[in-house]
Amino acid sequence: MSETKISCRLSRKEVIDTYFLEHRAKLLDIAAFLDRVDRAAASATDVDDFRLVAYSRALAVLGSPGPGRVRRMQEILSDATTVIPESAAGLKGAFGAPPEPES
Amino acid sequence: MRYIDPHVHMISRTTDDYERMAIAGCVAITEPAFWAGYDRASAQGFYDYFRLLTAVEPLRAARYGIRHFTWLCINPKEADDPGFAREVIDLIPGFLDGKNVLGIGEVGLNKNTRNELTILEEQLELAARLDQLVLVHTPHLEDKLKGTRLILDAITNQGRLDPGRVLIDHVEEHTVEMVLDRGFWAGMTLYPDTKCTPQRAADIVEMYGNERIWINSAGDWGPSDPLAVPRARLEMERRGHPRESVEKISYGNPVTFLSQSPKFDLT
Repeated sequence: MSETKISCRLSRKEVIDTYFLEHRAKLLDIAAFLDRVDRAAASATDVDDFRLVAYSRALAVLGSPGPGRVRRMQEILSDATTVIPESAAGLKGAFGAPPEPES
Repeated sequence: MRYIDPHVHMISRTTDDYERMAIAGCVAITEPAFWAGYDRASAQGFYDYFRLLTAVEPLRAARYGIRHFTWLCINPKEADDPGFAREVIDLIPGFLDGKNVLGIGEVGLNKNTRNELTILEEQLELAARLDQLVLVHTPHLEDKLKGTRLILDAITNQGRLDPGRVLIDHVEEHTVEMVLDRGFWAGMTLYPDTKCTPQRAADIVEMYGNERIWINSAGDWGPSDPLAVPRARLEMERRGHPRESVEKISYGNPVTFLSQSPKFDLT
């Protein structure tokens, strides 16, 4: 058992009883999404889509010890650069994962 | 139980939403100036928008017993053209005396550019000079962490704004701690796909406490839920959060922060 600080008012069994089915469904949704990607025709350019690369790295956090998984995932899915562009001209909206820098 | 939604864009919602919110216990909302889904062609477009926020929406809300307050600014998404942004900023002082105007917001960053940062700094200066509360938008998704750091530094460097009079909105798990640690107020936005769910908001309260933090729907023209605040309250209640804590997050804390403006009066 972990030595995580207790901050949830429910017991561990109550948390599982309350949320398991909902999050079982979400887990299957993730698997179905990844299967859908695999079943879709890929072009040469989208094999290593930066969003999927980040997604895979974030998924690895699911199996790691907690707590703090959400925060670690959020950090993986964040822009870690410190460069400040002059303007937004030519920049697109947010993707949900940091685009890889142009080489 | 009464609640306040301190960040919702009612100009994008139907009057039916006001009714549903009132039935759910909403007694007041605050509406920050934001990007309307398209870039306005001129500063005159903002003049009309500010009239809507200060004269029209309060009347629409009042029909359902909801007090309407607002915040004025040029939003970060339309702030990347500094010349245009300054034309809009020049309009703001003429509206600040409006009886429902609480301060400057939602200022902030969108793509974390130098131009956006310059206009943010100029609006922070305006807020400091006119002793206004500030409501800050933090960027979406992958831009949030970097943008939040830049924003907190900009406010700190400004030097004359009390962090206790600034609310940093749209915090999530990776930004809430730095916001609270530096003495600011934090807003959690309950918004599908891109921000917090009611469950994650309740998790954040459990991990970081219920001081200097509130919840809001940011309901707008996109997929969003004007009843998100009562849904989060329900989530907290079903986890056994004390009634006083639920009320504090959804009513007491907004009252405490917003009452720093003498115009915020629910009587």
